[in-house]
Amino acid sequence: MTTAYFLILALLTVSWFLVGRQRASSIAGADPASLHSLPSYHGLFLAALICLPMILIFIVGAPLAERYIEARAFSGLDPATISDELGRSAVLRDIQSVLAGNYAGTATPELTTAASAYSSAASITSWLLLIAGIAAALVAAMFGFRLIGPEFRARNSVERLVKYILLACSAIAVLTTVGIVFSVVFETIQFFSKVNPIDFLFGLQWSPQTAIRADQVGSSGAFGIVPLVTGTLLITVIAIAVAGPLGLFAAIYMAEYASPRTRSIVKPILEILAGIPTVVLGFFAALTVAPFIRGSGESIGLSVSSESALAAGLVMGMMIIPFVSSLSDDVINAVPQSLRDGSYAMGATKSETIKKVILPAALPGIVSAFMLAISRAVGETMIVVMAAGLAANLTFNPLEAVTTFTVQIKTILVGDQEFDSAKTLSAFALGFVLFFFTLVLNFIALQIVKRYREQYD
Amino acid sequence: MTDIASTNDIPVTDTPRDALVKKRYRAERRFKFYGIAAIVLTALFLSVVLLDVLFKGIPAFSEYRLDLKVVADQALLDPQKTGDRTTLLAGNYDKIIRDALAAQFPDVTTRADRRALNGLLSSGAADDFRRMVSNNPSLVGQELTVPVLLSDDADQFLKGYQTNEIVLKGTGTLTQTLNGDAYALRSSGDDFGKAFQEIQAFLFQRLDRLHTEIARLEKTLQGMEGDAAESLRGQVDTYKAEAETLNARISDANTAIELDDKLPSLLVNVNGGTIKATQISPAGVDGTKLITPKSAEPASPGSWSILTLVTPESNRRVQDQAATWLEQLKASGTIERGFATRFFTSGDSREPELAGIRGALIGTLWTLAVTLILCLPLGVGAAIYLEEFAPKNRLTEVIEININNLAAVPSIVFGLLGLAMFLNFFDLPRSAPLVGGLVLALLVMPTIIIASRAALRSVPPSIKEAALGVGASHQQAIFHHVLPLAMPGIMTGTIIGMAHALGETAPLLMIGMVAFIVDIPGGITDASTVLPVQIYLWSDLPEVAFQAKTAAAILVLLVFLFVMNAAAIMLRRRFERRW
Amino acid sequence: MNMLSEVDVEKKLYPAPDQPKAKMKGDNVSVFYGAKQALFGVSLDVPEKMVTALIGPSGCGKSTFLRCLNRMNDTISICRVTGNITLDNRDIYDPKIDVVQLRARIGMVFQKPNPFPKSIFENVAYGPRIHGLVKDKHHLDEIVEKSLQRAGLFTEVKDRLHESGTGLSGGQQQRLCIARAIAVSPEVILMDEPCSALDPIATAKVEELIDELRENYTIVIVTHSMQQAARVSQRTAMFHLGNIVEVGDTEMMFTSPTEKRTQDYITGRFG
Ligand SMILES: Nc1ncnc2c1ncn2[C@@H]1O[C@H](COP(=O)(O)OP(=O)(O)O)[C@@H](O)[C@H]1O
Ligand SMILES: [Mg+2]
Repeated sequence: MTTAYFLILALLTVSWFLVGRQRASSIAGADPASLHSLPSYHGLFLAALICLPMILIFIVGAPLAERYIEARAFSGLDPATISDELGRSAVLRDIQSVLAGNYAGTATPELTTAASAYSSAASITSWLLLIAGIAAALVAAMFGFRLIGPEFRARNSVERLVKYILLACSAIAVLTTVGIVFSVVFETIQFFSKVNPIDFLFGLQWSPQTAIRADQVGSSGAFGIVPLVTGTLLITVIAIAVAGPLGLFAAIYMAEYASPRTRSIVKPILEILAGIPTVVLGFFAALTVAPFIRGSGESIGLSVSSESALAAGLVMGMMIIPFVSSLSDDVINAVPQSLRDGSYAMGATKSETIKKVILPAALPGIVSAFMLAISRAVGETMIVVMAAGLAANLTFNPLEAVTTFTVQIKTILVGDQEFDSAKTLSAFALGFVLFFFTLVLNFIALQIVKRYREQYD
Repeated sequence: MTDIASTNDIPVTDTPRDALVKKRYRAERRFKFYGIAAIVLTALFLSVVLLDVLFKGIPAFSEYRLDLKVVADQALLDPQKTGDRTTLLAGNYDKIIRDALAAQFPDVTTRADRRALNGLLSSGAADDFRRMVSNNPSLVGQELTVPVLLSDDADQFLKGYQTNEIVLKGTGTLTQTLNGDAYALRSSGDDFGKAFQEIQAFLFQRLDRLHTEIARLEKTLQGMEGDAAESLRGQVDTYKAEAETLNARISDANTAIELDDKLPSLLVNVNGGTIKATQISPAGVDGTKLITPKSAEPASPGSWSILTLVTPESNRRVQDQAATWLEQLKASGTIERGFATRFFTSGDSREPELAGIRGALIGTLWTLAVTLILCLPLGVGAAIYLEEFAPKNRLTEVIEININNLAAVPSIVFGLLGLAMFLNFFDLPRSAPLVGGLVLALLVMPTIIIASRAALRSVPPSIKEAALGVGASHQQAIFHHVLPLAMPGIMTGTIIGMAHALGETAPLLMIGMVAFIVDIPGGITDASTVLPVQIYLWSDLPEVAFQAKTAAAILVLLVFLFVMNAAAIMLRRRFERRW
Repeated sequence: MNMLSEVDVEKKLYPAPDQPKAKMKGDNVSVFYGAKQALFGVSLDVPEKMVTALIGPSGCGKSTFLRCLNRMNDTISICRVTGNITLDNRDIYDPKIDVVQLRARIGMVFQKPNPFPKSIFENVAYGPRIHGLVKDKHHLDEIVEKSLQRAGLFTEVKDRLHESGTGLSGGQQQRLCIARAIAVSPEVILMDEPCSALDPIATAKVEELIDELRENYTIVIVTHSMQQAARVSQRTAMFHLGNIVEVGDTEMMFTSPTEKRTQDYITGRFG
């Protein structure tokens, strides 16, 4: 029915576009220049007049129709079976399978009645919707049709509409942020109605599995994020310890020493590395790096967890090298040549110039590059999901297993969730903390970069 | 670079100042070396990752099949002689294949042996046979050779992943004496002496390892106390006892060694049969039959051999009996290795040998199609608005900051958005490419907006002015002139964005695209998975064969990414305009 | 605003004997780029079917004034125009005026040749198409050919109408831009230093063309070359620091300028 509606919409749109264009051409007759706007703009104008009311009616009408259909279908049913969301959707599924003729078993008489009520309501509302849509569209189109004439500024109207559409496109970006905030904030508030925020922020134990026995920590699991913070921190520190020096030195070499030829070889290498999906790196971390570290650790008498923070951190560090290096490369390149020249003119060597002049000048940019890299590492999911464990150990030993925010979010939310349980909600609370933290970090970093660029522009 | 290097030409004399200069140059070289080292390390890492995946993945593109001679028995396939496709599809092909296989091994009589023999075959072994016959009903009743897929364990064994094999050709004449069920094999040459030494060497190695382990544990034990120490001490004692027994077993160079399942397996192939050694001495072996030799005659030098399966039986999934069958089938030339087309044509499966990426690939295509359809117009629209129409005010500034920040939000957060908004609030179907595409579209939109804005900005304003000068409206100037000229840049950005979306996993996990889905999705609302998620799912499975499948799926993913990026680079090269 | 009175004085002193009809009139035009003022209440009449040259040192606001005449300044968001400009006695900044139609009547040729990166034919055909001046394909061919002919380019390009316009030489490109401008049959053509990017031979060709176009079109040309102003224009306005210093018949200006600054400029003492 949705398909039919939109097919008719498309058909009307196209036909009225042609009508409008034809009408404008025939008004103009032999002198096309007598029209203010090109005939096709008149056509587009009518097409827009058809589209907008029909889409509007659908957006408003379809949910209303659905409510009405459900109300009709449920009217003859036992209120007990449809008292909650789950029951209602189960009944709806049954009705649909009865209508499709693939209901397993024999349908009860109530169900059959409900199904027929459902289908009659559905056909009535879909016809109503269609008629309303077409009527509104035709009224609008007739109104528009009368406007067509030499003086009518169809182009200006169409262009105004286009501009609003473009504005709407850029509003999507803002709406996405708003959507993210809403999706995490509501659930987080609900979560805090079940779990004390103080316990959440400062609790030393994380075990979201709702306890079965009453004597376990908290009757609804323990939601202290400190172990997650330390775990995330540990892995991030390892990652930055790898990516920081490597990325920065690579950037310095690329910006200051490398010949164009070297650059043209090394840049693609970094780009390839940056383009490798993290799930691939996770596979590598879990199946190659972790056993390797475990093996070499054991050969020198260390006991290493098979899901050590070190493996995940190392590979994550490798992942963010290109990130650090390309951002640092940019900021180093933005340092004006005059600063370098000044230093060389005093007889400084290249490395002295870099250490004493370029890096201090580029420092804000490099700091922000590191901040963005940290935010990337904290938010990275697949590598830690595959290579770091689930054990929420409160430790700073890189050879032990730790867990992170992203791992916990993924673990809690993948698979079947109980609605509104503290466990499910806790994932959103973690998501909120993660989003908030990375947002602040990114925001500060981007502001620093912006200020830095303005300084040298 | 050269301007500094040339100062090297200054004559160096031995004043303290020159020593300082030398030191400075050393520092200079060291600094430069760090840069090179960083780049080399990074490149090394990249190549290790790629090679690792390559080596792990390549074997999964081939599979072992058994060419089995069967009769497409009317009674089992189509007793009513309908010739009807549905009937033919429901025929009992498995029985035909199993019977045909059993016919090759007359020894196999017990139910347990039958089951073990059938274990060599994949649970989908009859699929090809079924397809052949149902597509061509005239084959019913005829004798055919059909390819039969082996199980993943058998496949792994044949690919050599389960054990190393050593084959010693017999140099002397082999005599067999049968004593009840036990065979005693003696060779006129020193064949068994060599095999005996190998086993001894193996035992020595084990002893060595035990000693090292004991030493390590004892070192850890020092200064340890409490329960942990207690249990560790117990461990040490067990090891010590084990070392003791081992010592006893190899103390005498000539006593026979009992071969248990913790030692390599010795299989003697003689007269078309195979004897598994249970005890070895330099003189010969005693053993039991796995396949009865066709005759008890002495075997001439060169006609018999000793096969050593180095990995002990207890560490192997394919046991000696199955290994023997496989070796015999291989020797008879009915096993062939072929390209695993199945990997590309079938959906997911619990059986590694049957699992393919078709479902994930199609799911990826649907998802990316939704993403592209949404994010390209929206992204370009937003870019045009921001670049050309947006008034310079606070609101615009907020939008811009917002877009830049959105590009750096962790992808899993977009998954939360998808879960809370699209699934829970708007009630869209779980696991569907529709929702996956929506989430990915939001995820890559900032990238596309940023790239499109750069592309629009790179079109010189004189083009726009020219259009305005002849009386084009602002929008006409943009849509007729600026946008087409910016298109290559926009497409490049879009392809890069899509490549990003192609590799994205985490947000799709959140919206349930992790389900085990066998069917190939037929539309954007069907439950499906995508390639990266398939990789994640397979990497989590315990079967070793799935590891290779995972790596192979990664290779496919990387090829796709490579093609997309190459396309982007080509586009940039070909259409890049210097103004 | 004493400049205004100066101009008035000048007009009174040199009343043109057969003052032609003014096609466009600028009255007390001031332009601001953000806080910066670039024109200070300039007034100038553009006589019909004549070439008016705007001269003056660079940065004095010639281009700014020219771009006010077809409202190209609307495209610069920080730019604000006050005062009154009319075309055939109609205020072109009247909100009721459609700027797009206005620009169809007042064409423009830019300093640097800026053909669209499309075929020569498409370059010329674009304007007529968007203004709906085309009846059919044949008619369009006709318009393109006529415009190219008028721009003196047709014989040079008639065999490669469908090759890219950017492949032409600089002078040809500029004449293509002129052809593009006249294809929509404007009444006024504005030219902003149309020859500054061209070599002398190409310059000569374009100047010749301008002289021919005078028959049918009102032309305003910005130039920093005195010789060029003298060669192609009938009227000349001298700008300085956002004001018009002197305006009059070109011949008169070059032979006996009243203003010291004009004299200095003409003889090359500054600018
Ligand atoms: N887009 C602009 N934004 C800000 N200032 C401008 C802009 N265009 C011109 N100006 C300023 O206006 C003044 C006049 O410029 P212009 O009209 O281009 O001079 P001319 O063409 O006579 O050389 C100059 O001082 C210039 O800096
Ligand atoms: Mg100028």
